[in-house]
Amino acid sequence: MKLTRTKHYKAFASPLLQNNPISIQSLGICSALAVTVQLKTASVMAISLTLVLAFSNLIISLMRNHIPRNIRMIVELCVIATLVILADEILKAFFYDISKQLSVFVGLIITNCIVMGRAETYALGNPPGMSFLDGLGNGAGYGSILIAVAFIREFLGAGKLFGYQIIPNLFYNMGYENMGFMQLAPAAFIIIGLLVWLQKSLEKE
Amino acid sequence: MENMISIFVDSVFVGNILLAYFLGMCSFVAVSNNMDTAIGLGMAVVFVLSITAPVNWMVYRWLLAPGALDWAGFPEVDLSYLKLITFIAVIAALVQAVEMVIDRYSPVLYTSLGVFLPLITVNCAILGTSLFMVEREYTFTESVVFGTGSGIGWMLAIVTMAAIRIKLRYADLPRGLEGFGITMIVTGLMAMCFMLFSGITL
Repeated sequence: MKLTRTKHYKAFASPLLQNNPISIQSLGICSALAVTVQLKTASVMAISLTLVLAFSNLIISLMRNHIPRNIRMIVELCVIATLVILADEILKAFFYDISKQLSVFVGLIITNCIVMGRAETYALGNPPGMSFLDGLGNGAGYGSILIAVAFIREFLGAGKLFGYQIIPNLFYNMGYENMGFMQLAPAAFIIIGLLVWLQKSLEKE
Repeated sequence: MENMISIFVDSVFVGNILLAYFLGMCSFVAVSNNMDTAIGLGMAVVFVLSITAPVNWMVYRWLLAPGALDWAGFPEVDLSYLKLITFIAVIAALVQAVEMVIDRYSPVLYTSLGVFLPLITVNCAILGTSLFMVEREYTFTESVVFGTGSGIGWMLAIVTMAAIRIKLRYADLPRGLEGFGITMIVTGLMAMCFMLFSGITL
């Protein structure tokens, strides 16, 4: 059997594009936009979310037969909150500057609808391995949008990528100017709208 | 007093929790296609935010902040790393309590707000406001003003958006742009309008 036909592969790959959590299911946009001014913060955010999502899916799926139905929300919330606190503390310990720039947005992973949504709809009904892959896939789908938006905003807004100057000084001397608008909040909304448009119109009928 | 007014104006317009900090987007996109539900959810958010911000302020100030347990005889204890889980628990508990109180005393309000209250627990705007309040080191009164202001700002944004989306139904949009895409672009334009308030100083 080809790799692309297995259900494990599907669990991982479908949220990457055709079922992308942000652009198709429109979940988890809250934190997606605020951290996209720079590629660096966006990638750190994408990695943290992917790890939190994968492990919360794994843990909830392991416990799925023992969680009473009435209190499942609070159990899920506890698992997610614990993982988010871990991520937050790790960032503070090893990447203090980035953690300062991300400010409250790491904490807001708790209320990110993707994490809660995947726990509720996927992890509660599927075995741990599959849930873990589903978490990784959704995290990567989310991350890809985040990084695409951050790429456009940092490149056009500051002429930099990952903090390194990309557009040569020659251009600036010739009168090129950074597009300051890209650094502001409205640009993120508009870019994401355009990306969704692009993706939907490229999709086959 | 001037300080209070400027925090209020800032949280409603310039630093609008939705348009400048992108919080509460998920329910914003999902709910803004209907005017009545938008108003209902907006009111519920104003209500819950103006309660949770001061309550979380008290929890943080007297239980979690570094040195906050001084009154209990533990001046060196720092529990601030627990703030995420505590805030979300406080919010969930308060939403539940508010729901029960409304159900008991005002069935009319309950039927109009009822469905939205559970949704609010996972609305990023609520947790975000509490976290911003800690980060900006507001005092108690400031946190009340900030909470209420953020709620009103969020409601303003979602009700405006609902109104725009009613008009959008008759617009002839290119394929693929309908729904989520155009909502985001319109939100971006709205955010630009709100930024015009940033020149105002009081």
